Amino acid sequence: MIRDFGIVWSERSLLLSGLANTAILSTVSAVVALLLGFVVTPALMSKQPVVSGIARVFVDGMRCVPFLLFAYIIYYGLPSLGLRLDNWTSGLAALTIYNAAYMAEILRGAWVVQPREPIEAGVAFGFSGLRLFRSIILPPLLLSAGPVIGNQMIQIIKDSAFLTIIALPELTHAASSIQSRHYIPFAAFITAVFLYWGLCLVIEAGVSSIGRVADARR
Amino acid sequence: MNGSDIAAIFQGAIVTITLSFVGILIGLPIGLGLALIRWANVPVAAGIVTLYVSMLRATPLVTLLLLLFFALPNIGIPMNPISAAILGLVMSTSAFNCEVWRSALMNFPKDQYEAAQSVGMRAGQRFRRIVLPQIVRVSLPGLVNEMSLLIKVTPVLAVVGVVDITRAAVRIGAQTYEPLPPFLVAIALYVPIVFALVSLQRWIERRQAVAEALA
Repeated sequence: MIRDFGIVWSERSLLLSGLANTAILSTVSAVVALLLGFVVTPALMSKQPVVSGIARVFVDGMRCVPFLLFAYIIYYGLPSLGLRLDNWTSGLAALTIYNAAYMAEILRGAWVVQPREPIEAGVAFGFSGLRLFRSIILPPLLLSAGPVIGNQMIQIIKDSAFLTIIALPELTHAASSIQSRHYIPFAAFITAVFLYWGLCLVIEAGVSSIGRVADARR
Repeated sequence: MNGSDIAAIFQGAIVTITLSFVGILIGLPIGLGLALIRWANVPVAAGIVTLYVSMLRATPLVTLLLLLFFALPNIGIPMNPISAAILGLVMSTSAFNCEVWRSALMNFPKDQYEAAQSVGMRAGQRFRRIVLPQIVRVSLPGLVNEMSLLIKVTPVLAVVGVVDITRAAVRIGAQTYEPLPPFLVAIALYVPIVFALVSLQRWIERRQAVAEALA
């Protein structure tokens, strides 16, 4: 058993590059999904029934489709429609589009419970447009949605493991190739599990420090 | 894609639904047991459960399945795809259920518990008659949400060789060189199941909100 972990240690560069890829994939898609969420959320709450209807179908659709099937469709299905993407592009696109729907729903939930007074006060003080959004609306919105966005980031990290099936060299893929090269399944996969756990603990620590900031502002 | 291909995907659907059902059925009481261990602060065990839940919640199901499927036979526990699938689903869903149950237990009013104690109910009776009926109600939306999440990760079971909806669809796609139609059939099977659970959760939440407003 100790010997097995020694082999994993000798393959650490492969495992660490997998970890780095998982972190890059999750971070990039979380950030882009959050930005897309800011576009979809106003559409969800639009007074135009067509706009809000389309946004609703997108958000509810994504919430009902399993992520793995969505990734399969983008990677294997789209080429039959003439759109061929490599595994990195498909993986990133799948993670981002899928989670944009979740982010939009999270932001909507946080927006609905925001008090209206500070915004009205901001308007009264002459804030408008982008400046109103950036300095009055956004900070409390992000602080109150912080914990849920953190949970979603953990979900994104876990979803990114599914991309091993389209041969994207992330953490689970790295563990799989170490296991198949040396036949040390326990050591290889338990190391991956601990690395995922570490990633999630980092996010949880980040969320609780955001929570402290939010409490201090209150 | 012809009729027999569609029948194959439906056969996969039966496997998917059965495995999800078994996973939910075993995972629910185990989650409650784990939550009770933490709630009662059982020495040592509570710490182990905390660690287990924190770790399992952070572990992707693919990684867990690969670990179970390849590593358990090494230490003499025989594994086939189905048993690895059930074990993986139960392990991961019980960790999430534990958190739902635990938050209901944490919010349980202490005075009711003490009132039951003062009328002489034993621990088992207190739990069965006073605590359980109420925490089931509170936990229900969270548990249904967890069920829909569980069904959404089941396509991963195909990775260890379970012939579920996804594996049937992949196989047909590979045979016909037309991967899009079988995947669309697979999605058409998944969406109504997950949507039904999501709607059920919203309905329970609405009903409870109405009941609370009346009370």
